Amino acid sequence: MRHIISMLMENESGALSRVAGLFSARGYNIQELTVAPTEDQTVSRLTLVTEGDEQQIEQIVKHLNRLIDVVKVVDLTNGEHIERELLLIKLMATGAHREELKRLADIFRAQIVDVSATTYTVQLVGDKSKTDAFINALDASLILETVRSGALGIMRGEKRLQI
Amino acid sequence: MELTGAQIVVKFLEDEGVEHLWGYPGGAVLPIYDALDTTATTLKHILVRHEQAATHAADAYSRATGKPGLVLVTSGPGATNAITGIATAYMDSIPLIVITGQVPTSMIGLDAFQEVDTVGISRPIVKHNFLVRDVAELAQTLKKAFYIATTGRPGPVLIDIPKDVQNAKTDYVYPETVDIRSYNVVTKGHSGQIRKAVDLILSAERPMFYTGGGVVLGDASSQLTEFVRALGYPITQTLMGLGAFPASDAQSVGMLGMHGTYEANMAMHHCDVLIAIGARFDDRVTGNIEKFCPTAKVVHVDIDPASISKNVKVDVPIVGPVAQVLEDMLEMLRLEKRKPNQEALSNWWKQIDSWRAINCMAYQPSTKVIKPQAVIETLHRVTQGDAYVTSDVGQHQMWAAQYYPFEKPRRWINSGGLGTMGVGLPYAMGVKMALPDATVACVTGEGSIQMNIQELSTCLQYGLPVKIICLNNRFLGMVRQWQEFFYDRRYSMSYMDSLPDFVKLVESYGHVGMKVTDPAELESKMKEAFAMTDRLVFMDIQTDHTENVYPMIPAGAGQNEMILV
Ligand SMILES: Cc1cc2nc3c(=O)[nH]c(=O)nc-3n(C[C@H](O)[C@H](O)[C@H](O)COP(=O)(O)OP(=O)(O)OC[C@H]3O[C@@H](n4cnc5c(N)ncnc54)[C@H](O)[C@@H]3O)c2cc1C
Ligand SMILES: Cc1ncc(C[n+]2csc(CCOP(=O)(O)OP(=O)(O)O)c2C)c(N)n1
Ligand SMILES: [Mg+2]
Repeated sequence: MRHIISMLMENESGALSRVAGLFSARGYNIQELTVAPTEDQTVSRLTLVTEGDEQQIEQIVKHLNRLIDVVKVVDLTNGEHIERELLLIKLMATGAHREELKRLADIFRAQIVDVSATTYTVQLVGDKSKTDAFINALDASLILETVRSGALGIMRGEKRLQI
Repeated sequence: MELTGAQIVVKFLEDEGVEHLWGYPGGAVLPIYDALDTTATTLKHILVRHEQAATHAADAYSRATGKPGLVLVTSGPGATNAITGIATAYMDSIPLIVITGQVPTSMIGLDAFQEVDTVGISRPIVKHNFLVRDVAELAQTLKKAFYIATTGRPGPVLIDIPKDVQNAKTDYVYPETVDIRSYNVVTKGHSGQIRKAVDLILSAERPMFYTGGGVVLGDASSQLTEFVRALGYPITQTLMGLGAFPASDAQSVGMLGMHGTYEANMAMHHCDVLIAIGARFDDRVTGNIEKFCPTAKVVHVDIDPASISKNVKVDVPIVGPVAQVLEDMLEMLRLEKRKPNQEALSNWWKQIDSWRAINCMAYQPSTKVIKPQAVIETLHRVTQGDAYVTSDVGQHQMWAAQYYPFEKPRRWINSGGLGTMGVGLPYAMGVKMALPDATVACVTGEGSIQMNIQELSTCLQYGLPVKIICLNNRFLGMVRQWQEFFYDRRYSMSYMDSLPDFVKLVESYGHVGMKVTDPAELESKMKEAFAMTDRLVFMDIQTDHTENVYPMIPAGAGQNEMILV
């Protein structure tokens, strides 16, 4: 099963490579990864998506907790949470496609954020199923470049990941 | 007090109570070596002949005393030479502090002379590591390193110190406290879980204790012994746990696993409640995991949550330090009205005794050729079972574990997890340096000893009169054994050709050499060797090269599928 694991870690050089190194050394797979500092400059928030059965995910969480630079870990998949990804996609937009792509973007509530004579650059925010659905709805031959941020996640309601 | 970074290192180590520092100098640590000369008062530096040996010796110091071992090496090749020793300590959870010099901060990343990414190379084999970029953080970082290395599940910590940081000055105050927000040490097991465990333990009909290195590391030998005796249950110990429970006790069924006893492995296979304490279900122990303890409910006490349910699913996990958890269990047992089911237990012991009666450790004695098993038995007699025995890796290691019964913890010093050939002699040095009055024997093979033979020189310089018991079978015996069993006797590269004359070799290093070929002479020669208490003696003992380590669980088999002879 797909799991979104989110953690707070020390904002120190090397912390990210400890996390990445753990995954490669133990044969786990990172499918998506995002990391950036939080409002507290000493702490970074890292969110990753991985695949595994219950026992594997339990081991992954235990090993992450074991890393000295990792302060707190949560498997968001265990509770109610919000997942978002940012998609930036550059599309070939000429002739009749210009109108058609505009309509499709509207349906998905995506925004065209940059335009040239032959291209649109479209931005879409949503969970993975939404960004996937948008990409699938596009004529593949029109896609010039795809950039996805990878999932971000946060717990619903008053629950929060804090130090 | 204003000091340079280099002086801070030396001063801090002394303030921390460090006795021995094992190392080797080089460009990037010259400031620290200079500070050793100008600033050190109590700290003793031991100059090895290869950085790998420094890490092994410091590792053994820790295994014998429980205190962290200290290593100092230079950047680049000094650091890379230390890697094998760090990995060895890591696999066996040994607290080691490794200080490496690094090129100046301004040159990091420029492929400077003797620059390697030490922090990057060592990352997967340390509990944690640091690159110190600011001298103001040096003392606190050293303190953190000691704290991390020695608490929780112990392990090596490396501190990389660029040369400019060693030269920079700052005020030094010994940091009394340490605070790491992301690192919390469990000091007690969950009482509800302990209750559940005790209930399960008392309900057992075919109970089995399986204990390991965690009991030694956690200094819980006396609590374990009391608990096991109070219950009257059988106990088996891993290669790393040997000595935590006395081998001579009738409740001990010996070591388990690939080269464990028949009775230990059979009892594991048939038990209904398995009480695992400070052991990590290694594949050398479990054999085929699908066939492991098919009827058992499992209790597992370990300080590292990641050890629990890693290989084998556990029914009652307890995360906590083994000494404290056992004390809590003992306390519950004292207040308990229920007693173990004596009838079931006595049937269980009958069953175990029938497995014991097979006498799986029996071997064919000989008057013509020296049997390796007999060498270890002789060693046991000559040292009255009271030596510190270090070992290299191979058949000789297994025979030492099988035929030298250990009565106390920290007496058996070997590389289990990484299985590093070459540890034996540096291990003996580390122990002898820590405990000058102890009898220290290094059991080795003609293959392994050559991997760190240069340390004979260190032994002379520092007066380390250890006894080297070399089981010379002219083969990489453990490899030869696997080739005999599993590769149709194609002995590819397992014959040790062109061996040196070990007697002459050790004599040239200023020590005593003895060659023994006649079984009749073995004991008297060994007594002679051990009587020379102030000399290092190398016994080159020509053993039967056809001998194999039995019993054996072949790879992929279950614990009930041992090859007996
Ligand atoms: C040639 C060769 C053959 C081998 N054959 C065998 C064999 O037949 N049988 C065998 O047993 N081994 C054998 N080994 C060794 C094997 O590879 C493992 O090293 C060994 O089995 C691991 O021992 P352990 O489970 O006690 O764990 P250790 O490596 O000693 O780990 C200790 C465990 O205790 C935990 N711990 C540490 N401190 C504490 C504390 N204070 N409180 C609670 N828990 C703590 C740790 O987290 C860890 O899980 C062999 C090795 C070699 C090289
Ligand atoms: C550094 C290293 N290289 C290779 C091995 C693989 N290996 C394990 S045992 C062994 C043979 C050891 O030979 P020797 O020291 O003569 O001991 P014996 O088995 O003959 O008693 C080898 C090569 C190892 N464990 N460590
Ligand atoms: Mg040999």
